[in-house]
Amino acid sequence: MAGHQIEAGADALVMDARDHVATAIKDLQPGQKISYRVQDQVRELELLDAIPFGHKVAIQDVAQGTDIRKYGEIIGRTTADIRAGQHVHVHNVEGIRGRGDQAVKG
Amino acid sequence: MSHMMGYRRSDGTVGIRNHLLIIPTVICSNQVVNRISQMVPETVAIPHQHGCSQIGADKDRTFEVLAGTGRNPNVGGVIIISLGCEVVDPHALADAIRPTGKLVEVFDIQSAGGSVKAIQHGVEIARKMRAELEAMKPEPIPLSELIIGVKCGGSDATSGLASNPALGAAADKLIQQGGGVVIGETTEIIGAEHVLASRCATQETADQLYHIVDRFEKEVERMGADMRGGNPSPGNIAGGLTTIEEKSLGCISKCGNAPIQGIVEYAERLPKHGLYFMDSPGNDIECVSGMAAGGAHLVCFTTGRGTPTGSAVVPVIKITGNKRMFERMNDNMDIDVSDMLEGTLSLEDAGERVWREIQEVANGKLTKAEILGHTEFSINRIGPSL
Repeated sequence: MAGHQIEAGADALVMDARDHVATAIKDLQPGQKISYRVQDQVRELELLDAIPFGHKVAIQDVAQGTDIRKYGEIIGRTTADIRAGQHVHVHNVEGIRGRGDQAVKG
Repeated sequence: MSHMMGYRRSDGTVGIRNHLLIIPTVICSNQVVNRISQMVPETVAIPHQHGCSQIGADKDRTFEVLAGTGRNPNVGGVIIISLGCEVVDPHALADAIRPTGKLVEVFDIQSAGGSVKAIQHGVEIARKMRAELEAMKPEPIPLSELIIGVKCGGSDATSGLASNPALGAAADKLIQQGGGVVIGETTEIIGAEHVLASRCATQETADQLYHIVDRFEKEVERMGADMRGGNPSPGNIAGGLTTIEEKSLGCISKCGNAPIQGIVEYAERLPKHGLYFMDSPGNDIECVSGMAAGGAHLVCFTTGRGTPTGSAVVPVIKITGNKRMFERMNDNMDIDVSDMLEGTLSLEDAGERVWREIQEVANGKLTKAEILGHTEFSINRIGPSL
């Protein structure tokens, strides 16, 4: 995980081949075509939303209720269907852990 | 550079600074302590909110943090200032620090006859002790005696992508040299504990790691709230971090790849060599204060959003992978590794940059937090005030 080497000129980073998301390392605009690397492959994606620096974009369609991955690990669960190119953040992903709110309800 | 210049204490520990520390045993002594520190600027004061109306393990924890801070090898002398009626026993505190062989003085404001007389008395003692500390000479010490804390705070997405892996590479170098590293923040391994557990040296340590995370998560359940909003914080979320799991997975790379030798309690004395996990909150100041009380010599602190915090008795090195913040908050940042994200700085070179800075700071170079006088100090509480 920590041993990744980052390519010069990338728009976004994918940390692991299992990831559903890439992290923007520039402010990216809707309609923009970005390139990112997954292992040895350079892939392209057209953005549907603005993705601020440091925020995540879906690199594949993800159905609601899916355990979503970054760093090859689960970072949360989707609360809506997400299309490739859309912004992935607190509006469509919730944490699974540390959910005292659900413990009370449950 | 395989050595640092340090102060050899009579108990065998080594300091990379030679502070005169003024400890109030209770909040009621804070103003007297602050006044003395203002009048003798070559002192460090640790005003805090505690020391009274506490019982049991909570009282013991406050005592241990104060004692540990006094025992920290960067401290050459200690003045303990009591009110005279608090639950933290000032003489027991002095007795807990004295085995280190350092200069320890203790008095109380009630016996001294009020604030003015206490300040006067404290200033006289501080000036005399400071002169004794000035006479001490540092000597070359092997880097294998260095213990560093690794911490992140005010994180954003760059922390997990750049500054934490860079710090991890530097932590690995210190471990290779025979030094010690401590990582904390039990809260901020939630969702990543399986990765760290797989690196524990023994099954017992792995089980203990799961246990402390579970214990913490049960506390969150008891509070009946979603962690999100508290941790990740509003700033973390603005910086692109969506859940505690994502934050944790970015956090853990800051301790490198060495096996975890054991779990230590908050503020517990740290073993000298290898990587350890301190059961501590993610709260920046409480966590760093716990590491300092455990005997860490310096703390490396990564941040993406930017934070000025330092620590009372240990230098804090600020490392960032966020170029915009590095430029905006330049007076608070020591190291910029943001070129990692441009693909023009390798992880290895970034780690080397951090490792070099660690060695320079261990040899007396002042960090930005030291230059600006950031001496934050805070004690983790585990019980109610009575």
